[in-house]
Amino acid sequence: MTMFHSVLADDRVLLAAEGTTSDNRVLTASLFGFVVLLTVGITFWASRNTKTAADYYAGGRSFSGMQNGFAIGGDYMSAASFLGISGAIAVYGYDGFLYSIGFLVAWLVALLLVAEMLRNAGRYTMADQLAYRMEQRPVRTAAATSTIIVSIFYLLAQMVGAGALVSLLLGIDGETAKNITIAAVGLLMVFYVVIGGMKGTTWVQIVKAVLLMFGTLLISVLVLAKFGFNLSDLLGTAAQESGQGRAFLEPGLKYGGSTTSKIDFISLGIALVLGTAGLPHILVRFYTVPTAKAARVSVLWAIGLIGTFYLMTLILGFGAAALVKDEQKQQIVDSGGNLASPLLAQAVGGGPGTTGGAILLALIAAVAFATILAVVAGLTLTSASSVAHDLYASVWKKGTASEKDEVKMARIAAFVIGGVAIALAIPGKNLNVAFLVALAFAVAASANLPALLYNLFWKRFNTRGAVWSIYGGLISSVGLVIFSPIVSGKGLDPNGKNLSLLPENIDISWFPLENPGIVSIPLGFFLGWLGTVTTRSRVSEERFPELEVRSFTGAGAEK
Amino acid sequence: MRKKVIDVAEEVSPEVQAEYQRIHATPEFKALQSAYRKFVIPSTLAFMVWYLTYVLFSNYAGDFMGQQVFGNVNVALLFGLLQFVTTFGLAYAYARYSLSKMDPISDELRAQFEREVG
Repeated sequence: MTMFHSVLADDRVLLAAEGTTSDNRVLTASLFGFVVLLTVGITFWASRNTKTAADYYAGGRSFSGMQNGFAIGGDYMSAASFLGISGAIAVYGYDGFLYSIGFLVAWLVALLLVAEMLRNAGRYTMADQLAYRMEQRPVRTAAATSTIIVSIFYLLAQMVGAGALVSLLLGIDGETAKNITIAAVGLLMVFYVVIGGMKGTTWVQIVKAVLLMFGTLLISVLVLAKFGFNLSDLLGTAAQESGQGRAFLEPGLKYGGSTTSKIDFISLGIALVLGTAGLPHILVRFYTVPTAKAARVSVLWAIGLIGTFYLMTLILGFGAAALVKDEQKQQIVDSGGNLASPLLAQAVGGGPGTTGGAILLALIAAVAFATILAVVAGLTLTSASSVAHDLYASVWKKGTASEKDEVKMARIAAFVIGGVAIALAIPGKNLNVAFLVALAFAVAASANLPALLYNLFWKRFNTRGAVWSIYGGLISSVGLVIFSPIVSGKGLDPNGKNLSLLPENIDISWFPLENPGIVSIPLGFFLGWLGTVTTRSRVSEERFPELEVRSFTGAGAEK
Repeated sequence: MRKKVIDVAEEVSPEVQAEYQRIHATPEFKALQSAYRKFVIPSTLAFMVWYLTYVLFSNYAGDFMGQQVFGNVNVALLFGLLQFVTTFGLAYAYARYSLSKMDPISDELRAQFEREVG
């Protein structure tokens, strides 16, 4: 009894420090449980109709444009967007908004240049579209390597974030809790992918997108209602409460410092706008619809949803700056902004200690949890598909593997990728891995986009060009980050916290920028050009008119 | 049917290849390509320049971006919101354009293909 008491007392201290109560914790945990049950149920339901390879990889190409638009939204609006952007706005004001704009405008590249053509030309993976007129084994190996690396980076960022977030939101702390959370998220995503394939994953993403839109809309309306729906009042209060005054509403608080940080910002901006259309887990979503026209409709829905969502994150971010007070405000800063949305929900629900506050906090926490699950499932499926379809069936088995074996291999690959992600995320859980999302965009823009665009629009483009641009973009973007201040040489902050990944006495940095895109993206395009013009491929050039007809008209496209 | 992977490129039957080449030579296909290029090249250039202008202004035109337009709404916020407006607008314009100028041609060519080899 005494022991029980003391544990309880300790708990109270801990919980009070986190501005939450044990009722709240039960409520949050039940909603998390509900999200898990709902998604597991959906996965079982979807698995009944997953039989062929097209079912497993592409959901039978049976989704409508609108459904796929929601799924794209569910795949794209990650925890980094939901919690990260609103958090960045809450902490840095206007500079947080800059991300949203890059993330949204990027969809025009996907809409105008990539979505329909890829749907017509490919089958299951990013590499399919290249394989039509290139030597299959080298291009599939390169494209699969890049797909897996981009997806693992993105996956790690989400899983480490999940560990920190779920333990914070559930009010449980410590290393073990984080490890268990990471392992649980990892096992769930493997389950969705192995059992439900693309159908299960897509429905999980659709449900998540609906939950996310509903949750953000609810909080946004409640925030605006506090200011009589006067945006100017909201901005004014946010600026005042931030302690920064009008500077809070202007660009510059985060990126405005030195020339280096300004160039870093341009570099990030370019990677964001060009990266989306090269992200493998986004590209494979275009295969889940029956026609190119449906792929176009899905991007239009995605633009509408994602744009509306980012407009609402503006309200959430400034709302958190304006309405969250006292120790909760400090918590937002301590969490690097990640807790801005959940704590804002608590504040507009009535504040800490109120039932309304507890309910809204639990609701938004559950939405964040659903967000993480849907995104990691999409990433795992994409990399598992590439392992099975590109590496196993084409490179290794040279096309002799049966469809059944290929799907079996995809399921095995999902287990392995899930295992690798858990094994990397657990030791990495205390590192600041947020940069991995920006790096994934930079790799996608440097390695994947040049090859995709050259292949569709340049007759002369050939295998060597494709391989050089993919490996060149990949190696340069990852390599530059290794020698950037992210990995070493940034020194300590005023509190003595190491700002780089390596211990502070090791300094291998010589590249001044944290975002490699401004160098690696032009390099990816340049190497694709150089590789192409230094060799000639008769087959690639002869096949180009065929690829053009196929990608422009959908004649002979996979059904 | 499984396509056997060869080390050159994906295998396609000679009839399908011949039909692709035939369609490629038609004036309709040329019209489809030029309709696509006529819209996509200028609009891609325009939105990239417009976006980069925004990025550069955020970096180097602090005074201009900080000017208040009405209430607490400043140029920076309006400029950012305009990026949303132009993105929505261009997406809508492309949807309309492709529906009226491109889809009829591509539907017809695809139907021809399916009659010949489908």
